[in-house]
Amino acid sequence: MGARKGFSRKYLGIPYAVFLAIFVILPLFVILYYAFTDGTGHFTIGNLTGFFTDPNTLGTLLYSLLIAFSTTALCLAISYPVAYILAMSNLKRKSVLVMLFVMPMWINFTLRITALKEILTVVEGNLAFHPFMNSIIGMTYDFLPFMILPIYNQISRLDRSLLEAAADLGAGSFDAFARVTLPLSMPGVASGVSMVFLPAMTNYVVLDMLYNSTYIMGSLIGSYFSAYDWHNGSMIALVLLAIIVIVTLATDAGEENDQKGGALI
Amino acid sequence: MNKKKIIQTLILVPALFLVYAPILILAVYSFTDATQIGMGASFSFDNYIYLFTTEELRSMILGTLALAVGSAILATILGTLGAMGAFYSGKKMRSAYTGINRIPVVNADVVTGFSLCILLVVVFGMSKESFFPLVAGHVTLCAPFVFLSVYPKLGQMDKSLYEAALDLGAPPMTALWKVVIPEILPGILSGFAMAVTLSLDDYFVATYTKPATFDTISTYVVNATRGSQTEVKTALWALSTIIFVVVLIIAFAGNRNKDAEKKIRKGAEVNA
Repeated sequence: MGARKGFSRKYLGIPYAVFLAIFVILPLFVILYYAFTDGTGHFTIGNLTGFFTDPNTLGTLLYSLLIAFSTTALCLAISYPVAYILAMSNLKRKSVLVMLFVMPMWINFTLRITALKEILTVVEGNLAFHPFMNSIIGMTYDFLPFMILPIYNQISRLDRSLLEAAADLGAGSFDAFARVTLPLSMPGVASGVSMVFLPAMTNYVVLDMLYNSTYIMGSLIGSYFSAYDWHNGSMIALVLLAIIVIVTLATDAGEENDQKGGALI
Repeated sequence: MNKKKIIQTLILVPALFLVYAPILILAVYSFTDATQIGMGASFSFDNYIYLFTTEELRSMILGTLALAVGSAILATILGTLGAMGAFYSGKKMRSAYTGINRIPVVNADVVTGFSLCILLVVVFGMSKESFFPLVAGHVTLCAPFVFLSVYPKLGQMDKSLYEAALDLGAPPMTALWKVVIPEILPGILSGFAMAVTLSLDDYFVATYTKPATFDTISTYVVNATRGSQTEVKTALWALSTIIFVVVLIIAFAGNRNKDAEKKIRKGAEVNA
């Protein structure tokens, strides 16, 4: 093909390759540079040691992890039964129901949190009394569709004959669920977790809007940004990137393991 | 109703209630003169009138829409070209494309916005007022999703179609335009739709890259919740209701379309 006027279809990717190099790769190097330099441009590990020795930033890291774990757990507890029922049932208007659960994704999240805030204010009176609980509720409300959708997709793809086989081999419906459906739905759970966990560590707007003044990792970036402190801000971004890599590798492993398990069956 | 149906209803209905109660209650109150939920109030269109007649709100909404459509068009062009380039490249290049494409997808938006701001504004010395950092940021946010939505369509299409077009004398560009693009069009369109919604939903990239005087819906709402202007607050209830209705209409239209397609496909299978 290349012989024809020297054109090859792979050259179509050049603009995007250049784009990715400038706007995706380059910023990562810039972050790395700023994280390990001081205001005068000299190399330093002070930002790194500063982060891990300052009780405030460490406290923020722990608080973010607590928020992220709690949000992920609550999202999962609501999403799994919903996704399972949607995927396994033969309800008449199934596609409409699925759409209703996914649709909030398309409504601006700040407007949805505004709505939630108004309701919580009516229920609780003063939001400031339950900052942690409100944050978890807000994040769950925000991220729920991102957990439901991948789990629903995964369970929908499940080969129903496996369940029939399990029943034929004498498994009760609970056994069939615990030993067939649940393990085979894990890739969906893993991808849902990866969609919820990180935003829960960083989406400080949800906390701000619900009057939780405690910092999470995202708020730290925001406050360093407002103070024009690119160096410490970059260090926080770097720590977040490390967490992102860990979570991504972990959830990828979850997805692959189960694909192998699935292939074995 | 059997037991299973009852359990299903007992889980799905409360879940749906939790998801929609805030939006629907706000929608009801948007048609009143109340300044707080739970207050007794009388019917009024004031919020809607305020929303559409206040210059600040109108330009904020139009600006957000223009930004979303503009960056989605750019993202769709780049992402589609990228997906084709990656698909027709060798194995190594392909995994480089998909690997790097994944970075903005898994990355936290705060990090994407912050790092782009440092690169473009601090290092390159660009002015945020030029809108370049903002548009670049939104294209970075959206293009990878277009790539992900187009790429599998290339795998699904019949590869010999392009070869056949070339053999019949079509220049490569014509063959791409008339044969490949129509085949992957569904992927391109759903990528575009995703890009628009991602841009509309974004807060973090915008807040780190936008010009000081420009607001998107997200940045405006967040600032408004810090302020105490009740007219603005209740006008945003109206905006939220309008967006909800628009999304509802688009979702149902899309769903109907899909159902119709499925029926046609089923029909075709039966006939075959």
